[in-house]
Amino acid sequence: MSNPAVLTGEHYMTGDEACAEGGLAAGCQFFGGYPITPATEIAEHMSSRLPQAGGTYIQMEDEIAAMASILGASWAGKKSMTSTSGPGFSLMMENIGLGICTETPCVVVNVQRAGPSTGLPTLGAQGDMMQARWGSHGHYEIIAFAPMSPQEMFYHTIEAFNLSEKYRLPVLIMSDEIIGHMSEKVIIPDAKKIKTFERVKPKGRKDRFKPYETTAYGVAPMPAAGDGYRVHITGLTHDDRGYPAMSPEAQEIMMTRLIGKIQNNLDDIIRTEQYLMDDADICIVSYGASARTAYAAVEDARRDGIKVGLLRLITVWPFPDALVQELSRRVKAFVTVEMNMGQIHREVERCACGRAQAVLVGHAGGAIIPPEKVYAALKELTLKKKK
Amino acid sequence: MAVQAKKAPIEPKHPLDDLIRTDRMPHIWCPGCGIGTVFSSCLHAMLASGIDLDKTVMVSGIGCSGRGAGYAKVDSFHTTHGRAIPFATGMKVANPDLHMIVFSGDGDLFAIGGNHFIHAARRNIDMTVICINNLNYGMTGGQVAATTPSLARTTTTPLGNPDSPFNLPLLAYASGATYVARWTMLHTREVTDSIQTCLTRKGFSFVEVLAPCPVNYGRRNKERPLDTLKMYQDKTIIKNGANPAELGVDFKKRVVLGTFVDVERPTFTETYDKLYHKE
Repeated sequence: MSNPAVLTGEHYMTGDEACAEGGLAAGCQFFGGYPITPATEIAEHMSSRLPQAGGTYIQMEDEIAAMASILGASWAGKKSMTSTSGPGFSLMMENIGLGICTETPCVVVNVQRAGPSTGLPTLGAQGDMMQARWGSHGHYEIIAFAPMSPQEMFYHTIEAFNLSEKYRLPVLIMSDEIIGHMSEKVIIPDAKKIKTFERVKPKGRKDRFKPYETTAYGVAPMPAAGDGYRVHITGLTHDDRGYPAMSPEAQEIMMTRLIGKIQNNLDDIIRTEQYLMDDADICIVSYGASARTAYAAVEDARRDGIKVGLLRLITVWPFPDALVQELSRRVKAFVTVEMNMGQIHREVERCACGRAQAVLVGHAGGAIIPPEKVYAALKELTLKKKK
Repeated sequence: MAVQAKKAPIEPKHPLDDLIRTDRMPHIWCPGCGIGTVFSSCLHAMLASGIDLDKTVMVSGIGCSGRGAGYAKVDSFHTTHGRAIPFATGMKVANPDLHMIVFSGDGDLFAIGGNHFIHAARRNIDMTVICINNLNYGMTGGQVAATTPSLARTTTTPLGNPDSPFNLPLLAYASGATYVARWTMLHTREVTDSIQTCLTRKGFSFVEVLAPCPVNYGRRNKERPLDTLKMYQDKTIIKNGANPAELGVDFKKRVVLGTFVDVERPTFTETYDKLYHKE
C-alpha cells in the first residue's frame, strides 16, 4: 500500500479534517489533544488517523498539558501538534513561550471563536490575532498562517510544519470556526508531490556539540533525546551550550538569535497574495474567512468602477511591514476586513504611517462579515475622495 | 640545576563524575539543604540500575529541586513551573524506548502541577517521579505550599498555616500509581534502592523524599538543621505496605516510611499499542 499518512484523492471534507490530514501528510507523529469547540474535530480525526500512520494520539488533562506534551514529543524527535480554540489558546501561552525559548518545532492550531472568555463557542471570530503575536510573555517572533478554505487548511498545516522544523519554533495556524466547520473540496496530491522539511540533525563529536550554536541561517541542528548528545535544555536564558546564563549579555545574544532567525529570513517566511492590485487606489487587507468576504467585495466594487484590490495575508505573522509600506505609497486608502474590532488594522495603520488612510471594517464576532458592509465602506471612501 | 618535574597527582575520580555536569558546579543549593543528597542517590541509582544512560532523560519543573535536571549529564530538560510531567509524558509516548525521570519539588509537582501528577498516574505512564518534599517554596524564599504542615509559619502564613497538607503517597495511590514509596533524605540507601527499583520496573512510580530546608522553612519553625535530621531518625518508622490513608506527615507523632504500593498493570503505551498499532 502507498503511504498511509497521505490520503491521496479528491475529498469533500471540513477544514478541521483537512487540517488533520495536512498534519499527517507533513509527517506528524504525535498529537496531544484536548477537546474544545470548534477545534474538537481535528483531535477526533487525528485520534483515528494518526495511529494508522504509526503515530500516537493522547488526550491530555488540559491545554497546558497538551502544549507541554507536544514540546516533549518534539524533543523525542517526532513532529508534533495540537489544536485548540480561544480559552485553550490562552492556557497554552506559557508553554508556547517555552517552545520559543528552547527552539522547539511544533504546530499549534487555533480554530478561533468569539471571545472574550467563553464567548460564543460555536461561532467564528478572529479575535486572537494579537494574542497569537504577543500572548506569551517576553519579546519574541512568531509565525502564523491564516487559511481561508479547507484546501488551505491542508496545505498551510504542511507549510506550518515545514517552517517550524526549519526555523525551530512553534508555528501557529490561526483559523476560525467558519473555515474549520466548512465543507469543501479538498484535493490531496500524491505523497511524492508533497514537500516536507526534515529537521537538521547534528553531526560530529557528541561531546563537543553545542545545542544553540549560531549558524549561517541562525538555526542550530537539533538532536533528539536518546541520540546520545546528553543535552541540557532550559527555559531560562541560556548560552550556546544550553546552560543557564543569568546576565544581560547572555540575554542579548539569545534574543538576537531568536529574533534574527525570523527577521533575517522574512522573504522565505512571509506569504501574501495580491488580487487586482496593479491599478488599485484602495487596498483591502484581509485574511482567513474574512478574505472570502473581501474577494466578493472587490468584485462587486470593480463592477461599479471602483479601483480596489486585495492584499491577502496568507501568513499574518511576521507582518509584511515592507510590503504594506510600499503599497502605502501607491494607494490612497487601506480597508482592513477582519472579524474583530481592529487588530491587524492597527498593523496596517502603523505601516501606512499616514501616507494612506487606514479604515477598519470590523465585526464583534459570531458571523462572517457581509460583502455589502465592505462595499459600503469602499463607496464612502470614493465619495470622500471626490469631495 | 634542573628540577625534575613532579608527576601530576592522579585526580581521584568520583563515581558520579560522568553523570554530573561538573562544568556547572557549584550548584545553587544552600548549606544544609537536602536536595543534593537525594540528587546523588538518584544518580547512584541510575548507575546501579544498568539502564542505558544515553536513553535516560531527566525532566524538571521550576524551583530548587527543579534545578536537578540542569546538573545531570544525561539528556535533561528544565521546563515550565508544574509542567515537567506532561512534557515527560509527551516525550515517553513519542519514544517509548526512553527512560523518564521527573525530578522536582513539592510545590512544582503538587500545587501548580497537581493535576498533571494525578493524570499521569491514572494513565500509568512509564516514568519515575521523584518529589523532594521540603514542605515549602524554597526558591522564592519560603512560602506556604500544598505540603506545609498545618499551623507552620512561612513568609505567607506569618501567624501559622490555616491549610492542611497533602498526604502525597495517598494521593499517588488513589490516582493509580503502581509504585509508591516515601523516605527521608537521611535514608540514602533506601532512597537509592527505591529509585533503582523504579528505573527497572514498568509503570508510573513515585518516590517522596522528605528533605530539610533549614534556610527558609527550619529557621521560621524553630528547627535547627541538625534537629530536623535527628527528627528524621527518631520520629520515623519503616512500615512497608502501610495503609496509604495513614501516611500523613506529623513529626509530633511518627512519620511512616517505606514502600506502600508495588503492583503491575498495563502502561498507557502497552494498551495503546494493543488497540491502535495492531500490526
